[in-house]
Amino acid sequence: MKLTLKIWRQTNANDKGSFETYNLDNISTDMSFLEMLDVLNEQLVTEKKFPVSFEHDCREGICGACSMVINGQPHGPMKGTTTCQLHMRSFNDGDTIVIEPFRSRAFPVIRDLVVDRSAFDRIIQAGGYISVNTGQAQDGNAIPIEKDTALAAFDSATCIGCGACVAACPNASAMLFTSAKVSHLAKLPQGEVESTKRVLGMVNQMDQEGFGKCSNTGACEAECPKEISIENIALMNREYLKASISSDKMG
Amino acid sequence: MSWFTNFLLSSIGQKLIMSLTGLFLIVFLAVHLTGNLQLLYNDNGEAFNTYAYFMTSNLFIKITSIGLYTGILLHAIQGILIWRRNVAARGTGYKVKKASDASFSSRNMGWLGVIIAIFLALHLYQFWAKMHFGTMEMINYHGYDYAVKDLYSVVDHIYSNPVYVIIYVISMIVVGLHLWHGFQSAFQSLGLNHKKYTPLIKGLGMIYTIVVTLGFAIIPIYMYLN
Amino acid sequence: MKLDAKIPKGPLAEKWENYRGTMNLVAPNNKRRIDIIVVGTGLAGASAAATLGELGYNVKVFCFHDSPRRAHSVAAQGGINAAKNYQNDGDSVYRLFYDTVKGGDYRSREANVHRLAEVSRNIIDQCVAQGVPFAREYGGLLANRSFGGVQVSRTFYARGQTGQQLLLGAYSALSRQIATGGVEMYNRHEMLDLVKVDGKARGIIARNLLTGKLERFAAHCVVLATGGYGNVFYLSTNAMGSNVTAAWRAYRRGAFFANPCYTQIHPTCIPVSGHYQSKLTLMSESLRNDGRVWVPKKKEDCKKDPLSIAEEDRDYYLERIYPAFGNLVPRDVASRAAKNVCDEGRGVGATGLAVYLDFASAIERYGKAAAHAEGIHNPSAEKIKELGRAEVKAKYGNLFHMYNKITDEDPYRTPMKIYPAVHYTMGGLWVDYNLETTVPGCFALGEANFSDHGANRLGASALMQGLADGYFVIPYTIGQFLSKEIRTPKIQNDSKEFMDAEQDVKSRIDKLLNIGGNQSVESFHRRLGKIMWDYCGMSRNAKGLEEARKMVQDLRKEFYSDVFVPGSNDEFNPELEKALRVADFLELGELMIVDAHDRNESCGGHFREEYKSPEGEAERNDADYTYVAAWEFKGMDADPALNKENLEFNDIELKTRSYK
Repeated sequence: MKLTLKIWRQTNANDKGSFETYNLDNISTDMSFLEMLDVLNEQLVTEKKFPVSFEHDCREGICGACSMVINGQPHGPMKGTTTCQLHMRSFNDGDTIVIEPFRSRAFPVIRDLVVDRSAFDRIIQAGGYISVNTGQAQDGNAIPIEKDTALAAFDSATCIGCGACVAACPNASAMLFTSAKVSHLAKLPQGEVESTKRVLGMVNQMDQEGFGKCSNTGACEAECPKEISIENIALMNREYLKASISSDKMG
Repeated sequence: MSWFTNFLLSSIGQKLIMSLTGLFLIVFLAVHLTGNLQLLYNDNGEAFNTYAYFMTSNLFIKITSIGLYTGILLHAIQGILIWRRNVAARGTGYKVKKASDASFSSRNMGWLGVIIAIFLALHLYQFWAKMHFGTMEMINYHGYDYAVKDLYSVVDHIYSNPVYVIIYVISMIVVGLHLWHGFQSAFQSLGLNHKKYTPLIKGLGMIYTIVVTLGFAIIPIYMYLN
Repeated sequence: MKLDAKIPKGPLAEKWENYRGTMNLVAPNNKRRIDIIVVGTGLAGASAAATLGELGYNVKVFCFHDSPRRAHSVAAQGGINAAKNYQNDGDSVYRLFYDTVKGGDYRSREANVHRLAEVSRNIIDQCVAQGVPFAREYGGLLANRSFGGVQVSRTFYARGQTGQQLLLGAYSALSRQIATGGVEMYNRHEMLDLVKVDGKARGIIARNLLTGKLERFAAHCVVLATGGYGNVFYLSTNAMGSNVTAAWRAYRRGAFFANPCYTQIHPTCIPVSGHYQSKLTLMSESLRNDGRVWVPKKKEDCKKDPLSIAEEDRDYYLERIYPAFGNLVPRDVASRAAKNVCDEGRGVGATGLAVYLDFASAIERYGKAAAHAEGIHNPSAEKIKELGRAEVKAKYGNLFHMYNKITDEDPYRTPMKIYPAVHYTMGGLWVDYNLETTVPGCFALGEANFSDHGANRLGASALMQGLADGYFVIPYTIGQFLSKEIRTPKIQNDSKEFMDAEQDVKSRIDKLLNIGGNQSVESFHRRLGKIMWDYCGMSRNAKGLEEARKMVQDLRKEFYSDVFVPGSNDEFNPELEKALRVADFLELGELMIVDAHDRNESCGGHFREEYKSPEGEAERNDADYTYVAAWEFKGMDADPALNKENLEFNDIELKTRSYK
């Protein structure tokens, strides 16, 4: 198939950036979207041009590296699918595809489609863990956890940290990401112990990173490649209210 | 900063304020509609005017109304603050926007709010200000030992102008759109999202929104036609 | 050089316990003064960095990704083994040890494997405490499933995303240490050289991938947890960025590289569909619990619709050849069998390089059971299928979904097509019992070392080894080295050794940027991969290896005269990153060939066509090859030198592996 690509090109954070148009021929429908970009890049390198920078690694939909907005949708048109698992059969011959980086103040563009998502790491560092040193653990079966509870925690824990929720949110809010970790740990008895400190710390960090504020549009869950529900956000709201009102922390 | 201001200034705290003030305004709208439906009685405004008198003279209502003004102000100020922050948080916008993920209402709460605010200014000027500070004909109804302001005639007069009728009806649609998202969103912000009950809340929200929008919109149309 | 594995004395089962009790320690006040560099943030690196941070060392940890959570451990699907015996099915530390040594075709070091089996139990406890949401039974206790090459259920799992959940656990522990300041994180930094001072590893040269700036980092010791080198084959189940550079640079600085020819070809991957293919996707081994592997008996049936091929015309070859283990034979055995039937011309799919993995009978079996459970008498065939599909979906839904996304076929209705693909490398930096390489102060963990899997790794053991090394081994054994370093002042990063190493890296980069040829890095990588796969892949022979060595040498020459690397060093330049990695693969490939040529036997993942039984099974040569081949770098113009570590088996009898 033949395609026209309009891709955001930006040399570095200080560059203004603009769209460039590329034409591709002979694209197979069995290719993944990233393999289609590989073909483009190979073509650019042969023309001695700088290829399009985009983040990618596992290409199995689990590492969360790939991050681009395809025709206005983070990770493209297919529900519950990362860019790397999107295949060209989702497009038609002659299509024009517009590819943009994830847009958020908190995710500054590094180059072309590559953005800096280290804000997510800092949110996790602010409390997205259970404080247990290596060797301190009791037997794995010491605390029975109801099967459904374990599954619910798993559903929240399945977040790959790609940032599509931020990219999709009209407010560039990071509530879905933050809440997924808060609720993963809050749902488990092991995580409950620290839940007050965790939710206060993580929400505070999230606010400091400059993300927008959630207005419950639900765009995040619609675009999340792991289909994480906004029930997690409600749970985090609850945890936060509980923590703010009941904790002894005064500052 | 104390924990309290920290809490209120956090993104979830701000949502809480939006949610609580919003719910308060939702309750107010229901009360307001119930009162206003008295305009539809064919009793030369007796029911409505005596109700209006009660609403402006009762001490409890007066205190509550201070809460109402504060609620409206808080909701508006907070809304503007959140809106500003959110526009800044996006930075460079997208060239292609695909809208279908989130409802029209949810994406445009800010703009809808602005229209409502403008409408509110007009609405308050036309009725509330007149009732509180303006001069108005007094009217004596049988069985009352005092005269009340004839707000009914003022309403009747304004709704005889088709331009106002259209403005009011459109504004009610805007209010409806705002509520369409606002109702269930308020519950989500409070953390009330549950597989079992959320569909119920959503359904209730839709019914409420339709009833309130239609109820308010019918009044000017009915009065214009009569 | 005589290799000393430093295996503690005493009975096998007591070695680790006794060693731990008597080894040298570093006191808390001294730990604060000691710097450790950890490279890599996969299961091994993240768990090591977190644990060393908890102990009080000053840790600097590096990854080339934007975040430590992206390391390729994240993609492991099936599970993690542990000798918990929660299922009461006869599992024990010894049995896990035995299965691993046998699965590895008796080419691993007994003492290391036994230690691995011992600490496997602690790993599960630790991960549960961190909040890893393992699958559970209705009673709330941990669930298990079985994996290839074993007859017990000892694999713990979190749907098909066990690696992700374990990595997020280690990442959270690491994040906690970063927050307390015990660990300093350097993301988007790629290690390009190891720095030795007075013969000891004292630091690294890393390139800041955002700016291109070369930075010198000094420490008392360096821990490499940089994964495997499967990407030398270009097409593999590894992530696009997985590379050998850190380990290779350590090799060039004096660390021996052990058993590079041992590569694991995983039997169940989605077959190649076109020349543009950039990577291969694994379908978890757990599918072989319920899927049956077959090809048509007759060549002429190969292009037919599989559903139209009658039962008697199908060859369930694994069940036929290996009745005892059937579809659950170890990976190397299953892969070779698939290759054999395809070589006979009975492969299916467009390329003829695929076999069927069929769930029809599992769907029927589950369907009947479900119908029975629901009290449906005389269910229709359609009803059985419907119920069966639901059961299969509950178990493998995400894998079936992934298969459907990639191939556009519905595996609930037509059998999956699968083919072996490069998945894991058992070889790696040679390490002793302390996980220390032949460069003092340089340690290697996880897939980057060679130690535990011999010539073939069993399923669900990579996660176990990565976490064992990081959480429970290195935190102790590193003390053996560091206890002698407590008087060593802070290492300075501006000594001559550091400046020289930085200059070396700079010249490597300049060299690549200045070639200005006409071919892309990618095209060289693809060609290297083809050579490696054709001559040093699933089966090898002396003649082919000799040719391949020449081909790799020629390709390397061509690379250095005709590659084109766009841009400059002073910018974010993924193409340059790739060029540096491929340059090292071009050297490693040759060493793998040399090693494969040296090993005149077939064992595990290394199959030499000259050495097979009349039935075509691998034939080991225990008399001559019961050793670890540890290769020593002697300069680019000289052949690498072979150092042998003889393997002694005192607690296990060397047998011909039989899964029949």
